[in-house]
Amino acid sequence: MTAPASSSRAGASAGAGQDSERNDHVGAVTSSELLSVVASRELAGKRTVFAGIGLPTLATSLANRTVAPRLEVVYESGVCGAHPSHLPETIADAVLITGAEAVLPMPTLFGSVLQGGHIDVGFLGAAQIDKWGNLNSSVIGDWHRPKVRLPGSGGAAEVMANSREVFVVMRRHDPRSLTAHLDFCTSPGPDRALADGIRPLGAGVTRVITELGILARAGVGEELRLIAVHPGVSVDDVRAKTGWDLLVDDEVSVTEQPSAEELSLLREEVDPERVYLR
Amino acid sequence: VKTAASTAADATVDKTMTMRDAVAEYVHDGDTVALEGFTHLIPTAAGHEIIRQGRRNLTLVRMTADIVADQMLAAGCLTTLVSSFVGNSSAGSLGELRRRVERASPEPLVFEEYSHYGMICRYLAGAQRLPFYPLRSYGGSQLPEVNSALRKVTSPYPGPDGESEDIYVVPPVNPDVAIIHAQRADRGGNTQIWGLTGVQAEAVYASRKAIVVVEEVAADEVIRSDPNRTLVPSHAVDAVVECPRGAHPSFAQGYYDRDNAFYRAWSDISKDEERLTEWLREWVYGTRDHAEYVEKLGAEFWEGLAVGEAMSLPVNYGRRL
Repeated sequence: MTAPASSSRAGASAGAGQDSERNDHVGAVTSSELLSVVASRELAGKRTVFAGIGLPTLATSLANRTVAPRLEVVYESGVCGAHPSHLPETIADAVLITGAEAVLPMPTLFGSVLQGGHIDVGFLGAAQIDKWGNLNSSVIGDWHRPKVRLPGSGGAAEVMANSREVFVVMRRHDPRSLTAHLDFCTSPGPDRALADGIRPLGAGVTRVITELGILARAGVGEELRLIAVHPGVSVDDVRAKTGWDLLVDDEVSVTEQPSAEELSLLREEVDPERVYLR
Repeated sequence: VKTAASTAADATVDKTMTMRDAVAEYVHDGDTVALEGFTHLIPTAAGHEIIRQGRRNLTLVRMTADIVADQMLAAGCLTTLVSSFVGNSSAGSLGELRRRVERASPEPLVFEEYSHYGMICRYLAGAQRLPFYPLRSYGGSQLPEVNSALRKVTSPYPGPDGESEDIYVVPPVNPDVAIIHAQRADRGGNTQIWGLTGVQAEAVYASRKAIVVVEEVAADEVIRSDPNRTLVPSHAVDAVVECPRGAHPSFAQGYYDRDNAFYRAWSDISKDEERLTEWLREWVYGTRDHAEYVEKLGAEFWEGLAVGEAMSLPVNYGRRL
């Protein structure tokens, strides 16, 4: 896979003057809206997605209405084929269960569905990511006496190990979040698994969508590289805000602005009360 | 040939108890206690009764250690936590848990960290009395560095390519007692759950004793009209406790909705030690039992969590003509 189909080619000084264009037809686009739209476009052609709540909910709901009408979202709680009457507030919201196509016990969900290889794309977030797509969601600081104790894996380690590929959405793009050295590795990508003598099933992280642009890698042995910058962001900005010496694709594109249609679907149908579009 | 099976119902052993008696009988100082319920049907009322009775030195086994775990920590019930997610859902942090882990304040906590499937496999191994359970997680993870129970073995069988294959395993967990919440059970403990069923059945079978807390005790013929809905049969259950709204602030599908406002409020309450102590004093120590807690919240509050009807269609189990 290369750059998303909806992106346009950019010159070296990508993005200057894009902000005014953005304001012309749709009003100011928020960071959440941009991240959701960009993530939804990446789901074109995908069938099964393992997603949490928040930006992944917006991205999958939008993709359902645009590039991936047959997309099935599988939730960690065991819900498959949800048809919620309202935007869910948690992965276990009662509105996900009523009217769903299936609700599975957790051993079936994690064992047969996820480890059984039925998930095309897993959506994950993390406090830290490194250039190989390894993730930390356990601690900031030393595990034994952390500066900040974070929630931990939940199902993230399994999503990473067993999904065909993983998309990561990072609201913050700074050298502490996109870091050279994780404080702790909670969810290892396939390169770390191989080094530990374990054969990985999936490609690990293939897309990292941040507030500044899109990073990509194809699989084992590849570092993340910058493939697109959002309007108004330069390649140098992204490199300066990344905690390692970031590889840059030969053909970096500029993310195409959210269309009027994408925005109206997001604002009027997917999240009219702006629960996640904050 | 017709049998006398219809008379068997009359022989149902009555295992119903009050929450106070069930906790007094089955939860002891130093026990390993599994409280399960994945966002749905969290046995909060049971956790509160454990706090009221002042249990100490417990090991809590719970996949998603959330508000009830934070409350039991703050009340001084727990010395060890075995979990795969230590957060307040997506609504923020657990203040007491973070103080215990980050500053060992007021005392250190032994925390055994897993991932969700690692916990599920521990229950599966425990329920099936297996020495370990293999899973395709943890390759390259740092969790084995901080949790020596995560170990790597070589499969006795060749992999798909004919080569030998290494895989991580987790040990069984066999809690002294499992406590789960459910929509309904009969007096004997045949327990029916609908909506999210989580890992409750495995947790019960892994444990030496099991308490089932239910929204309502149902007549035998209600349960037996739909046997596929029974997740835990009576032979695995030691006590049945009727405790309406006992899963608050989580929800019971078809009975009441999740109290999202309380989840959001908990981050602030738990951040401040004094506020947390005051909350426990007012809502747990200050109520005699869960019925009083429910009453204290008030009818208007419960109106706000009420749900409408979405009935399933009955199926035909058939009968011999």
